[in-house]
Amino acid sequence: MEFPEELKYTEDHEWILIEDDIVTVGITDFAQDALGDVVFVELPEVGSTVEAGKSFGVVESVKAVSDVYAPVSGEVIEINEDLPDTPELINTSAYEDGWMVKIRLTDTAELDDLLDAEAYQAFVDEQG
Amino acid sequence: MRYIPHTEEDVRQMLAAIGVTSIADLFAEVPAESRLDRPLDLPGPLSESELLRELQELSAQNATASSRLSFLGGGAYNHFIPSVIDQLISRSEFYTAYTPYQPEISQGTLQAVFEYQTLICQLTGMEVSNASMYDGASACAEAVLMAARATRRKQILLAASLHPEYRETVTTYCRYLGMELIELPTASSGRVDAVALAELIGKETAAVVVGYPNFFGVIEDLESISAMAHVAGALLVTAVAEPIALGLLKSPGELGADIVIGEGQSFGMPVSYGGPGVGFFAAREKLVRSMPGRLIGATVDKNGKRGFVLTLATREQHIRREKATSNICSNQGMCALMASMYLTLLGKHGIREVAGQNLSKAAYARSAIAALPGFRLPYSAPMFNEFVVEIDGDVAALLGQLENKGILGGIPLARFWPGMNNRFLVCVTEQHRRQDIDALVAALKGGAA
Repeated sequence: MEFPEELKYTEDHEWILIEDDIVTVGITDFAQDALGDVVFVELPEVGSTVEAGKSFGVVESVKAVSDVYAPVSGEVIEINEDLPDTPELINTSAYEDGWMVKIRLTDTAELDDLLDAEAYQAFVDEQG
Repeated sequence: MRYIPHTEEDVRQMLAAIGVTSIADLFAEVPAESRLDRPLDLPGPLSESELLRELQELSAQNATASSRLSFLGGGAYNHFIPSVIDQLISRSEFYTAYTPYQPEISQGTLQAVFEYQTLICQLTGMEVSNASMYDGASACAEAVLMAARATRRKQILLAASLHPEYRETVTTYCRYLGMELIELPTASSGRVDAVALAELIGKETAAVVVGYPNFFGVIEDLESISAMAHVAGALLVTAVAEPIALGLLKSPGELGADIVIGEGQSFGMPVSYGGPGVGFFAAREKLVRSMPGRLIGATVDKNGKRGFVLTLATREQHIRREKATSNICSNQGMCALMASMYLTLLGKHGIREVAGQNLSKAAYARSAIAALPGFRLPYSAPMFNEFVVEIDGDVAALLGQLENKGILGGIPLARFWPGMNNRFLVCVTEQHRRQDIDALVAALKGGAA
């Protein structure tokens, strides 16, 4: 199981890549492994606003349908257009090709609440 | 299940356990003046033969489609039901009130539902159908919610000519969901007013909902309505209350509908004072994940043998709780099975034949009524087996006179549109012989004033 050092994480198993005021969000390797084969992904519309801690999309696997929560508040500026047709990218490339949305942050202070790789890995281990 | 009554000793022990001495003590909380302090005033017991006679006398007071000459439609249709349907559906394997979905034990049931879905797709021109819903009206409300989910919009344009009970059900479902319901007026042809539609539709519109045929029996121009809906990014929901019409009409799918719902009662179910029926629900495949209800899919087992399973259940209430696509976690299994039997029995040619008879007989009735002095047909657009008749006088009085002659002549539109006292809706099906229609026309004659 991978926990790239350059990313931040949430306890809802999302990963966050921060580039200035733009964050890219996806679900973690642990999350995709727990879900199993992803068969459908529902993403927000470009231009919509998301709120930290609130659901912005849905990932459906053969086992379950799970909400994906926004790690930060802001405006959706780009979505991964490949996911609706190839949702399996989430399984095969959780941290790269399986990214879900890019959000323009409204409050950089929200980034302080995110976990680093080591803390997230510890959290996952604890969940066991 | 066996009925095992409590013994006096059982009752005594239960009362003792909760600390009361008699059953009457359990009702102490109910104010004395609200309690009946004497036995119910009922007649004495009857023998079985006396009881049967009494019940037969009571039921003979009901007006039924077989004891009266009925021209009532309006969402429940009197069609011929082949005896084989009653014979087959009475088999005990089908009697469970709840559809058993476990694939290990229910391949027969699941295959029957799968075939029902296939028949509904063929009939509606859609790509996916669910396993059925309660009735046409609730299916219509679910279609509205689905359109809102799929488009992420909240405005719905409901044709005024949509079945009034469907509209009422949609309104009830949407009451606390922040939806905006706008009524689409009816043009003088009896179809949706295309000019009003063009004005009302916009980028907030999730769906346009029209009947096909509509409540007035008129066949809407679905092709142009769907074109207008799609330009605005909205979906076209088509409600089919009388699906026998689909035996002749171009399917809604061919004309651009995105969701097709309707009432399946016409397919082998008696009118039974309005129920039970079965709602059918079909849509384009790209919308399948927004679709409510259960779906049965065909698959193969580990040995490569064909089998049937519940599919896409991950979106349902028992898994997604309050985020489920709808609270429908069941289907109308037995009625759906009756619909499958009916459609399979008739086949492609049979359903076309039944639809053709409905069309021709209704056309015969229409022209005979229109030829009567004082009777008019207010709508000009093509119709199927129902049509609106207008007179100068009061419809209630006229229909009352007919009723005294054993004829249920139609549905007064004032029931749904207060003040519309001079119009009624007449339905003619394959059940009516020429002399039946002639009897209606003769009874109407002279009653228009």
